[in-house]
Amino acid sequence: MDNVIEIKDLSIQYATDEGIVKAVNHLNLQLARGETLGLVGETGAGKTTTALGIMGLIPDPPGVITGGEILFEGTDLLKLSKQRLRAIRGNKISMIFQDPMTSLNPVVTVGDQIAESIRIHEKLSRAEAALKAKDMLELVGIPGDRYGEYPHQFSGGMKQRVIIAIALSCNPEVILADEPTTALDVTIQAQVLDLISKLKKEKNTSMILITHDLGVVVEICDKVAIMYAGEIVEYGSLEQIYDQTAHPYTKGLFGSIPDIEAKTSRLKPIPGLMPDPSNLPEGCSFEPRCERSCQLCKEENPPLIEIGNGHFVKCHNYGKVGEGEDV
Amino acid sequence: MLKRNKKTKKGFWHDAWYRLRKNKSAMFALFILGLLVICAIFADYIAPYPYSLQDYNHTFEFPSRKHLLGTDNFGRDILSRIIHGSRISLLVGFSSITTAIIFGGLLGAVSGFYGGKVDNALMRAMDILMAIPGMLLAISLAAALKPGLTNLVIAIAIADIPGYARVVRAAVLTIKEQEYIEASQCIGASDGRIIFKHILPNCLAPIIVQATLGMAGAILSASALSFLGLGIQPPTPEWGSMLSSARQYIRSYWHMTAFPGLAIMITIFALNILGDGLRDALDPRLKN
Amino acid sequence: MSELLRVEHLKKYFDTPRGLLHAVDDVSFSIERGETLGVVGESGCGKSTLGRCIVHLLEPTGGKIFFKDEDITNIRGERLKESRKSMQMIFQDPFSSLNPRMTVKSIIMEPMIIHKLHQGNEAAQEKAVLEIMETVGLAKRLIDSYPHELDGGRRQRIGIARALALEPEFIVCDEPVSALDVSIQAQILNLMRDLQEERNLTYIFITHDLSVVKHISDRICVMYLGNIVEQCPADKLFASQFHPYTQALLSAIPIAKINAKRERIILKGEITSPIDPEPGCRFAARCLYTKPECLEVQPDLKEVEDGHLVACHLY
Repeated sequence: MDNVIEIKDLSIQYATDEGIVKAVNHLNLQLARGETLGLVGETGAGKTTTALGIMGLIPDPPGVITGGEILFEGTDLLKLSKQRLRAIRGNKISMIFQDPMTSLNPVVTVGDQIAESIRIHEKLSRAEAALKAKDMLELVGIPGDRYGEYPHQFSGGMKQRVIIAIALSCNPEVILADEPTTALDVTIQAQVLDLISKLKKEKNTSMILITHDLGVVVEICDKVAIMYAGEIVEYGSLEQIYDQTAHPYTKGLFGSIPDIEAKTSRLKPIPGLMPDPSNLPEGCSFEPRCERSCQLCKEENPPLIEIGNGHFVKCHNYGKVGEGEDV
Repeated sequence: MLKRNKKTKKGFWHDAWYRLRKNKSAMFALFILGLLVICAIFADYIAPYPYSLQDYNHTFEFPSRKHLLGTDNFGRDILSRIIHGSRISLLVGFSSITTAIIFGGLLGAVSGFYGGKVDNALMRAMDILMAIPGMLLAISLAAALKPGLTNLVIAIAIADIPGYARVVRAAVLTIKEQEYIEASQCIGASDGRIIFKHILPNCLAPIIVQATLGMAGAILSASALSFLGLGIQPPTPEWGSMLSSARQYIRSYWHMTAFPGLAIMITIFALNILGDGLRDALDPRLKN
Repeated sequence: MSELLRVEHLKKYFDTPRGLLHAVDDVSFSIERGETLGVVGESGCGKSTLGRCIVHLLEPTGGKIFFKDEDITNIRGERLKESRKSMQMIFQDPFSSLNPRMTVKSIIMEPMIIHKLHQGNEAAQEKAVLEIMETVGLAKRLIDSYPHELDGGRRQRIGIARALALEPEFIVCDEPVSALDVSIQAQILNLMRDLQEERNLTYIFITHDLSVVKHISDRICVMYLGNIVEQCPADKLFASQFHPYTQALLSAIPIAKINAKRERIILKGEITSPIDPEPGCRFAARCLYTKPECLEVQPDLKEVEDGHLVACHLY
């Protein structure tokens, strides 16, 4: 398969006053061309750190990439010079940040911000860039005559559209979207998700969508990776993750979401908390919260094993007696 | 967004102290100030001579083994006078800043908490005070009142009040928006309780920073006023008045102005460095 | 069941430089004892303002609030302080709702000190703090911790414990789980439900999350720009909605199931300004079924089915 991004054994740590925080641990991930991968996990799971790692934006210090490779079309991004990396970042890979309120410069008109980003990556005159920026605005559903307006004149949803326009302005091959709709209301979220999936189809862009919302993932993703304490615990296609859920943590996530269609009197939350990333358990990181933990889980961190066509799970207990029980 | 290690129990001040301790220059400044405080407290024991002992056989002596920093026009030992002078400087600095903080802080807290007309009236009054250059205000106040320690403190404090009122008001305005203020209203806490228990403890950090930097200013103002003859009167040793009385001899006897000046400079410098260090240590944005 | 709280024609306007902001505009409802009323809407619909008016954090511009048939709209001083004992609030942000300079103990104990509970005896109060901590699932060893040492879920438990310290009958919950991760959110929702059963609490549950509101509420009010546009029993709302806004809102929720794809109604545009609103229906500018009437007359909330109220000219 043609992989645009391939992450091999990536580990990222932060050195803090209270010890070494292992944010990402031996992470393996592939993103095929034109595919959308949902990277799902809770606060502190290492989703954003992974994305920043791909962009080469890990704040150093305190962050250090301690091992692994990030291959973009076959070249290892971690070995590139700063200049080469900068050329790739933005030109080939761009990122959409979570907060539309702070990602735009308040004293520059939105049109100029898009035009500026175009001119950084393409040799165009000011007038040409402005024209193209207008097209970009129209593309994301904003009338081109709002080119000269400032960010504060736009609502949250509109700002996020502008940010999407900036991210798309250089025709990137990969978009990393970090919780792009979390700050938005549901009706606006629906508009933005609709826009993203439409644009993605048009331009055949690959995308990694970082989110905590399993509902959003269904809307636009092809593949799903579930992250927990800096590791991928389950990876597979939408159907594999949603209908043949294998990892206890993934099951717990689904059990925690109130079902809007059926009346449930109690939710089934996962007991306990995510382990402290500066003090991870020796064995499986999910073991302290897992219903099915056994001695082996305490001692040895399970490897990611393939249990079906492209469906991976990181659990010792998979396939043992009792598997296949419902959530 | 990483979770903090929960092994150690730490309060806010503990964390701040930890960060301050890592700042070498701030720790050095703290050491200097500590020495100064010790000098001030034990001046009678540390100073080699009484500060007013006049020795007409040894006037205008340059630094020597007997008089480490030399003697002045009355043959008094300059080192002893500087050591005793640190009392006045620290006392004036500390008490004027404390007075300014109490009044300014209260005005700022009331102004920020109640807002509206109260805020408007108080802040316009502060604006009027601020429109007069601080030094000029202090000079006129010191001239109107009689020269002396208490009046010096009052003059400097009044000139400093608007600054504190503004700092505290700004801090209160931010803290007022926090949900825990609403939460304490919700459990029936009185306004006084909210101001003293919830708001003021949370704006201590900017006040402390402002106070450290302000103390430098106050010591400088005290010296300046004394230099102009409006502050401490001779023979009480004060760095500013020492400079003042030495200025006519500056061409021939450099040591008479240089050492008191150096004392002022080092103190101000240490206070400013410590103030910067405290600002970094107390700034919540640097907290992880 | 008996009525605990009744709100009649409640209005809250804010004076802004650009005009009068109608945050809550003529809202009426009542809550039975032991019931949970869900208030759902998007940002800027006035749901938080409504909750804050009820617990006297904001003074209403107009209308009346009755608690146990007593008019509490304008109470002040000692009577207000007394009413705090029966009405409490749980806040949205577990980070800013706790004073960072206070320990868990002093946070939970503060309401007891203010109201001189347990005869003002400190040992008895401390005992009560420990009991409440156990009720909300906080380990005893955390009693001297500071909020910043704890995670969001635990912090929210402290907020709940503080609200429970006065043993209120009625709690306004303002988005109590929206800042939490799903697995923690589920723990807190279960806790709130258990507390309600144990203590016969009455909740107003304010949220933007429809699946959460559906899960916890008995009845639901949908708000749009300061108005209640639809009000009905929780299970009914999800089976049949009448108001076009509710329909769009429901269709927009992402559901974590593969075959849940529904007919999605994508609304045009964004929420209009609540400042000096135009006459007529507030939703008319985004509605798919706007009629000339909608632009002129604001629809009243009327009962279209048993217990199901809608404010729309279509019905």
